[in-house]
Amino acid sequence: MNLTLKIWRQKNAKEKGQMVDYKISNVSPDMSFLEMLDVLNNELIEKGDDPVAFDHDCREGICGMCSLFINGEAHGPDRGITTCQLHMRMFKDGDTIYIEPFRAKAFPVIKDLVVDRTAFDKIQHAGGFVSVNTSGNTQDANAIPIPKHDADRAFDAATCIGCGACVATCKNSSAMLFVSAKVSQFALLPQGKVEAAERVLNMVNEMDALGFGNCTNTGACEVECPKGISLENIARMNREYLKASLK
Amino acid sequence: MAKSALLKSSLAKKYWMALTGLFLCLFLVGHLAGNLQLIFGDASAFNEYALFMTTNPAVKVLSYVTYISILFHAIDGIVLTIQNKKARPIGYAKNNAAANSSFSSRNMAVLGTLLLVFIVTHMVNFWAKMHFTQMPLQTIEVKMEGQKPLIVYKTVQEQYIPVEAVDRGQVELKGTKFYQFGTDLKVADGYKDLHKITIEFFKDPSYGIFYTIGYVLAMIVLGFHLSHGFASAFQSLGINNPRYNGVVKGIGYLFAYLVPALFAIIPLYIYFIK
Amino acid sequence: MKLDSKIPNGPLDKKWSDYKNHIKLVNPANKRNIDVIVVGTGLAGGSAAATLAELGYNVKAFCYQDSPRRAHSIAAQGGINASKNYQGDGDSVYRLFYDTVKGGDYRAREANVYRLAEVSENIIDQCVAQGVPFAREYGGLLDNRSFGGVQVSRTFYAKGQTGQQLLLGAYSAMNRQIGRGKIKMYNRHEMLDIVLVDGKARGIIARNLINGEIERHSAHAVVICTGGYGNVFFLSTNAMGSNVTAAWKAHKRGAYFANPCYTQIHPTCIPVTGDHQSKLTLMSESLRNDGRIWVPKKMEDAIAIREGKLKPTQIAEEDRDYYLERRYPSFGNLVPRDVASRAAKERCDAGYGVNSTGEAVYLDFASAIERYGKEQARIQHLDENDAKLVYKLGKDVVENKYGNLFQMYEKIVDEDPYTTPMMIYPAVHYTMGGLWVDYNLMSTIEGCYILGEANFSDHGANRLGASALMQGLADGYFVLPYTIGDYLANDIRTGAIPTDLPEFAAAEKNVRDIIDHLMNNKGTHSVDHFHKKLGKIMWDKVGMARNAKGLTEAMDEIAELREDFYKNVKVSGTAESFNQELEKALRVADFLELGELFAKDALHREESCGGHFREEHQTEDGEAKRDDENFAYVAAWEYKGNPREAVLHKEDLVYENIKLVTRSYK
Repeated sequence: MNLTLKIWRQKNAKEKGQMVDYKISNVSPDMSFLEMLDVLNNELIEKGDDPVAFDHDCREGICGMCSLFINGEAHGPDRGITTCQLHMRMFKDGDTIYIEPFRAKAFPVIKDLVVDRTAFDKIQHAGGFVSVNTSGNTQDANAIPIPKHDADRAFDAATCIGCGACVATCKNSSAMLFVSAKVSQFALLPQGKVEAAERVLNMVNEMDALGFGNCTNTGACEVECPKGISLENIARMNREYLKASLK
Repeated sequence: MAKSALLKSSLAKKYWMALTGLFLCLFLVGHLAGNLQLIFGDASAFNEYALFMTTNPAVKVLSYVTYISILFHAIDGIVLTIQNKKARPIGYAKNNAAANSSFSSRNMAVLGTLLLVFIVTHMVNFWAKMHFTQMPLQTIEVKMEGQKPLIVYKTVQEQYIPVEAVDRGQVELKGTKFYQFGTDLKVADGYKDLHKITIEFFKDPSYGIFYTIGYVLAMIVLGFHLSHGFASAFQSLGINNPRYNGVVKGIGYLFAYLVPALFAIIPLYIYFIK
Repeated sequence: MKLDSKIPNGPLDKKWSDYKNHIKLVNPANKRNIDVIVVGTGLAGGSAAATLAELGYNVKAFCYQDSPRRAHSIAAQGGINASKNYQGDGDSVYRLFYDTVKGGDYRAREANVYRLAEVSENIIDQCVAQGVPFAREYGGLLDNRSFGGVQVSRTFYAKGQTGQQLLLGAYSAMNRQIGRGKIKMYNRHEMLDIVLVDGKARGIIARNLINGEIERHSAHAVVICTGGYGNVFFLSTNAMGSNVTAAWKAHKRGAYFANPCYTQIHPTCIPVTGDHQSKLTLMSESLRNDGRIWVPKKMEDAIAIREGKLKPTQIAEEDRDYYLERRYPSFGNLVPRDVASRAAKERCDAGYGVNSTGEAVYLDFASAIERYGKEQARIQHLDENDAKLVYKLGKDVVENKYGNLFQMYEKIVDEDPYTTPMMIYPAVHYTMGGLWVDYNLMSTIEGCYILGEANFSDHGANRLGASALMQGLADGYFVLPYTIGDYLANDIRTGAIPTDLPEFAAAEKNVRDIIDHLMNNKGTHSVDHFHKKLGKIMWDKVGMARNAKGLTEAMDEIAELREDFYKNVKVSGTAESFNQELEKALRVADFLELGELFAKDALHREESCGGHFREEHQTEDGEAKRDDENFAYVAAWEYKGNPREAVLHKEDLVYENIKLVTRSYK
């Protein structure tokens, strides 16, 4: 396949960036999207140009490092995957592909397509944990039976990989899907219920302070989320917050 | 409570949007019920309804809640929109939002602004006229055998005062109230003829067609706004259960299509049929 | 220097508790004055950082990713072992210990492994308390599954994302301490050297990957938890950024590197498709619980499949060779990883491989779907002879168990694994070798501790499935926090370590010199060019089967390639900015040294054991032939200026509680 790539290039956080066109040929449909960018970068290096910086690590869809807004969608046109799992067979010969960084005030660009997502970590510092010491002196793991249904839903919420696609895709750059996934995981488990009220208040306050937008229930985040985190979690967070506020 | 700041936090704003929105949905139902008198009732029924709406103390309280809700819904919406715009200072060169969200959900602010414009013009055309201008009073034609028809004012006290009596100066008309000429002695209250105003408005020979089209368009906008807003309000209030989501969504769509459609039928009926 | 493993005296099952009762402690007030650097934030690093901070030490944690949550532990799929015996199937601490030593082909240290088995139970309790959503049964209790090389169900899991859930547990514990200010987090930082003051580890030199600044960080102890070095093969299941740099720098400063040749080749990975390939994707070993591995029995069928003329579903049952079930009837498809990998290679080398490359075998779920379907039909009182219904019911069960793995496979290969058997092939996955540590997890550098995959200690020559997660968390949560106190107790009066010491300046200069050389090298080839070449040498000559000739050649070729690299590599951009090419170049430079030591170690070990298979040392039917008389030792290599001149130190492995026997899974 031969493709035209329109890629956001930006030297560093301070300088202005712009879209730059690149041509790439002999792309195999079996390549992953990132492997296609590897090929482009090798060509750029051999030509003496600066390669395109992009985040990636595990390349199996679990670390959440890869980002990329491809043809107007977070992680590209396929569903239930991260960019590293996107394959070139999703595109056609002669296509023009727009590649942009995840955009949000809370995710400033570091270079080219690399953004700073430490805002997510900061929200977690505010309450994304159960306050239990790691001494191992807890009760036996089977001491509290947890209904399978709750455990499964907690797991579903916990599968969030913190990639930021929800923020990138939301027209308001809202982080509610991310925050609600963590709030839900713990709110559904007896271990987390103890400090559920504190947690939701602290995490939401931190989220607001970091400059994420508000949720207007468009549902785009749920569609683009590589792990299929459900909007139910946001509703649960809304409930938890309301309960905590009225306490 | 201290940390939650029930006004400031992002979630609190959602709650208020949802609560005011749902209240306004209730208001729409009430308003629609009255408006349908234009089709199914006669002028008297409609004018009685209009009087009731402007004088009943309970309705008055509700109407103030409605005004406040509209204002709050609009202001909260504007604040949210500004904040949300700020959350992404640089936009995307290409954004395929249609792939993951509905048109209405993405354009609630625009739809809401259009509705606000509509509400303002609507209130200028009807509500303000009703409240602040000298409205014609409702008259009825009484036919008696062998005589030429007599035109009388219909009054709240169910008295009928011939128009001639006013013309001849037997009865004095101040606002909507009839007095014995030259005294402070009130005879009766007339009905403001909102029915007539409404019919004439939409049947206006030169502008009626535009008013009708404008009204119908506004109802289409309302339909879009409601098609996202209704179910969205439940989600905002934390009501989301896969077992009932379908029902809520279904009712939401039904509401979003039916209510504006019924509203829109009225001017069409007036313009084309009445 | 003589290696002293510092294994406590006493009976095996009392060693750890007695030892804990007698080591020195640091009182809480003094802990506030002690700094610890933790490099790497995977299961080992994350759990260590959190626990040390909870205890009161000031922790500085470093990771090269943008968040500690992204460490590659997150990719572990199948599960974590613990000797809870919740299933009542005869499991015990001893049995987990025994299985691990046996699985490691008797090349692991008894005392360490026993301790690991002992604390395994605490891990599960701890993780549940942290809110890790393990899979549960309908009664609300924890569920278990079975893994390769064992005959009990002791593996706890969270679908196919156990590593993710455990890492997020450790990350949440870290977050709590970061929020409290007890951990200072340095993400997007890479350790480029360790600083020794008076022979003790007292700090590191790190590069801020965002702006390229070279930073000095001091502490009273340095804990390295930077994982394995599988990426020396270029293609592996490791993350793209996984590297040996931190461990290798410590090695160059005096930490001995133990058993570098012990590498685990995982049998169930998605086969390579072309030259563009940047990494290999693992399909969890748990799939072998239900999947059956086979290749065609007839050569002509294999050829027809490779040419695309035949589909696997068209091959009749009697024409299929379920070679694991044939060769190892008692363990069948659940033989340990090294055995399963070699068996796949043997079939493919013999010409029965199935992919267009000839390097793949089938992992088939058809019979599992049928078995589960019938079971469900019986449970639900439906007709178990209705094939369509049975298929649907069975598919639901399989989907529930492995859904995310199947989806992952389908996205990559573009084939539906429910209807067509999966294709798999072995790939480099885990490195059992690593920096040598004593019972306290301290390396041969005083005050430098090595945890998790980065050390060599617990898995011998082959690691059993679901044991890596167990080891990482055991080291970080339950071992290091005790043993490090014994060392730091001597440092309560030391005070903060200044970073303007000449040792820091020298280490920083060293780092700057390498970076300057790489940046100013006006070469012609990208870093990947050299990395791919290194990977090919390693896979061809130091891979699943090794021989003296190939290993000797590999050593020379790697040395040559290294020279070529320093002459001809081209690193674009600047050193003072975000520069991913420079990051790669620095990592590959170290792989190019490690690779040679790796081959040297493999050459010296004249036996086959676990993941190390020497063609010269095999039985007639192709099984590994161990030499306990001459090689029952840990090979710890001391750096002497050039990898090939490394000096061998032996730590004899003494087995007091286990009788060494030939490992058999037949």
